[in-house]
Amino acid sequence: MKIVVCVKQVPDTKGGVKFNPDGTLDRGAMLTIMNPDDKAGLEAALRIKDECGAEVTVVTMGLPKAEEVLREAIAMGADKGILVTDRVLGGADTWATSTTLAGAIRNIDYDLIITGRQAIDGDTAQVGPQISEHLDIPVISYAQNIKVEGDSVIVERQYEDRHHVVKAKMPCLVTALAELNEPRYMTPGGIFDAYDAEITVWGRANLVDVDDANLGLKGSPTKIAKASDKVRKGAGEKVTLDPTEAVEYLVGKFKEKHVI
Amino acid sequence: MDFALSKKHEMARSLFKEFAENEAKPLAQEVDETEQFPEGTAAKMAKAGFLGIPIPKEYGGQGCDPLTYAMCVEELSKVCGTTGVIVSAHTSLCCDPIQTYGTEEQKQKYLVPLAKGEKLGAFGLTEPGAGTDAQGQQTKAVFDEATNEWVLNGSKCFITNGKYADVYIVIAVTGKVEKRGKTMKEISAFIVEKGTPGFTFGTKEKKMGIRGSATYELIFTDCRIPKENLLGQKGKGFNIAMHTLDGGRIGIAAQALGLAAGALETTIEYVKERKQFGRSIAQFQNTQFQLADMATKVEAARLLVYKAAMAKATQKSYSVEAAMAKLYAAEVAMEVTTKAVQLHGGYGYIREYDVERMMRDAKITEIYEGTSEVQRMVISANILK
Repeated sequence: MKIVVCVKQVPDTKGGVKFNPDGTLDRGAMLTIMNPDDKAGLEAALRIKDECGAEVTVVTMGLPKAEEVLREAIAMGADKGILVTDRVLGGADTWATSTTLAGAIRNIDYDLIITGRQAIDGDTAQVGPQISEHLDIPVISYAQNIKVEGDSVIVERQYEDRHHVVKAKMPCLVTALAELNEPRYMTPGGIFDAYDAEITVWGRANLVDVDDANLGLKGSPTKIAKASDKVRKGAGEKVTLDPTEAVEYLVGKFKEKHVI
Repeated sequence: MDFALSKKHEMARSLFKEFAENEAKPLAQEVDETEQFPEGTAAKMAKAGFLGIPIPKEYGGQGCDPLTYAMCVEELSKVCGTTGVIVSAHTSLCCDPIQTYGTEEQKQKYLVPLAKGEKLGAFGLTEPGAGTDAQGQQTKAVFDEATNEWVLNGSKCFITNGKYADVYIVIAVTGKVEKRGKTMKEISAFIVEKGTPGFTFGTKEKKMGIRGSATYELIFTDCRIPKENLLGQKGKGFNIAMHTLDGGRIGIAAQALGLAAGALETTIEYVKERKQFGRSIAQFQNTQFQLADMATKVEAARLLVYKAAMAKATQKSYSVEAAMAKLYAAEVAMEVTTKAVQLHGGYGYIREYDVERMMRDAKITEIYEGTSEVQRMVISANILK
């Protein structure tokens, strides 16, 4: 069985977020991690590998620096890493990104594609389902459990108050939730192997069946008007009152703000 | 000469840091308070491959190097000295001598499960009357030709990972030899499994620091072990023990370095927040100068520890490098943790604050696996020879 896992290197929210003048993220200047939903997707693939045997190929699109996230995936147990990087791909929105990734995946043999539900930097949850559309395969999103049975995949699809159990014939695409599992740590030996491993690097020329008009910033229908860091609110007001006074005080404040 | 770590070492460090922050740090205070061996953390470390870092892959290890191993002990010890020494004693004092002196059969039987983390290891040299003076050994091993077994009698004390370890390297007297006209004890090394009849555990020591680390007395009463469990040649036990301790000192030096670095990091955070006389104490020159000295010494200790680890990877003998690293790192650990407590003021004396524990943990690094005085003996003997 062959599994492709799409991962994204995202800013570590513990570090600061930095922007380019055009409003896109300055990825080169930030501390980074593997996107948590993607990491859970990778762990799901590795568990399938542990149980049934599978070849796990990890694909990422990003700056050359994004190869780090592929080495991390290999150190966790993935077999291969493919970095899709090219100047013409920069500034891509979800449409251009999914077009690019689908163009890359068309080169690869796969039974199952796993992506994260969404990335913590964009929070769109669009790229996974869009890839499935480009490749014309079924998608099951929001997976809280993934099982492989014969030539099918059985997924618990999460809703707010319930889940559906959905079965699909492979090849298909599943988007994973961070809650799916607790990803394993890399191993020290895995890290050493990962740095000896060769990362495949693909550019625009390697993408199959894609139109230049759908790539990079130019091919992105979404334009970012403005992006900014969160503005910190001032300190709150602290009052010490007995319960009766406190109620009066709160009601007064609510009226003042037209809450009631 | 390049002082920058390679990318793989950098990534290994980030792994150890992440593990330490997520798994060891949240338990550090509780482990100290309850004096409970952190079995759950040990199991997680086994799964993550931390118990066989410098052991070759063909023997179940990770196939990394002594530097990676030292960084692991350092990062763990930054947040929990107890967790750091579990890895150090297991790797340096049990896996290493089997890897260096064991037969192929011994490696398959003992090193593979140890390096995979399926079993935990320990080392028994010290006795009530034989610490620094290893010739004072009383534990005896007598060969019984009728059964082809060694019969062990005696006891070992202050044994790290005691009771929780499955495999023990035990040093014992196997006879007498004439050396330069003097009668000396002939000393040999053995591999002893937990559960062997006649092998029991005595007192669990109540310690000042590294309180979660299990420190036990090992008792051997007509304990019979198979002939093939002699480690290395008969009569070479003293050399095996000394060589093992050379490696162990790198582990303890890394533990000391971690304690010092951890105390420094904690203190840097604290002095920025703590306000006195209307400003943070980080703005006072005394604080700044203290921190500058602490940081410089931590960095100097790190260079010595990494140099010793690299020497183990590339040199046949690394006694002096290991002794210098341990001597310096241990003294820096004591000094830096003491200053960290001082900079925390009254809070530093309260158990709720990590530096209080770190200062207690640091003291042992000047004592075990060769006291600072022994390290000075090793170093001076080398430069005066």
